[in-house]
Amino acid sequence: MTLDAIFPLGWQHYLAGGLLIGTGVSLLFVTTGLIGGMSTVFSSTLSYVSRHRFFHQPRFIGSRVWRLVFAAGLIAGAALWLLLSGRAPVITQVSWWQLALGGFIAGFGARLSNGCTSGHGICGMALLQLPSILAVVIFLTTGMVTAHLVRLIGGA
Amino acid sequence: MKPRSLLAVLLSGMLFGAGLALSTMIQPEVVLSFLRFADFGLLLVLGGAVVVTLIIYRAAPAMMKSPLFESAFSTHPSVLNSRTLGGAALFGIGWGLSGVCPGPAIAGLGAGNWPLLVAVAAMFVGAWVQGRFFGE
Repeated sequence: MTLDAIFPLGWQHYLAGGLLIGTGVSLLFVTTGLIGGMSTVFSSTLSYVSRHRFFHQPRFIGSRVWRLVFAAGLIAGAALWLLLSGRAPVITQVSWWQLALGGFIAGFGARLSNGCTSGHGICGMALLQLPSILAVVIFLTTGMVTAHLVRLIGGA
Repeated sequence: MKPRSLLAVLLSGMLFGAGLALSTMIQPEVVLSFLRFADFGLLLVLGGAVVVTLIIYRAAPAMMKSPLFESAFSTHPSVLNSRTLGGAALFGIGWGLSGVCPGPAIAGLGAGNWPLLVAVAAMFVGAWVQGRFFGE
């Protein structure tokens, strides 16, 4: 099997991007000691608009500012990359019902699991935490099965 | 949190967002092509990020008494129970349906992939339903 067969679009940008992501998560830890998964920002930001006591736990109230700043950094970093690379934005063709339903289920599941591809996938695995490693194996499996089924029924 | 800490958080987020854009993870099509075994690039992204992070998560507390701007290094308490594993299974279903997960959905907005707003809004709704009706 050749490299072209497993990376038809090239491999360098994937590895460079991954190293850059790891550098960001590392810089966060070295400067502030914080562990930065992304999905918690949804629950912590909801504390600004919901009065329900779940969203007002110390773990959300105490982290809601930096989590929003971190999310703003993600947007700014991607915008800066677009500017520097001089490329046109790539607009997804995935249908809106897939984005809406998939986003809802992924948001619900990530919060139930207390982690997503970044929290369990990057931070949890980098800490060699067994629950996170199992979570990654499980969401890779259900993700692959679902993506194949969606294609069967004619989705993007 | 001190202003310089927040600035560090912003810069860290910017590196994270630039990495997600460079690696094209902000394109759901690329994620879906990985989940359908057409392009294994996502493994390089995840692997590259994990290796760097694993080294720093070990080296920093061993070499520094505290982080540069704050008093202590945090931990990520992940617990082995049905919520963690069941939630992961659901998360994967949503991920496989849309090709979108929280980090790339948020970063994608910065790179002009505006339909991802639908996914981000839906994630907020999903997080709200989880906290409101199933939160502990």
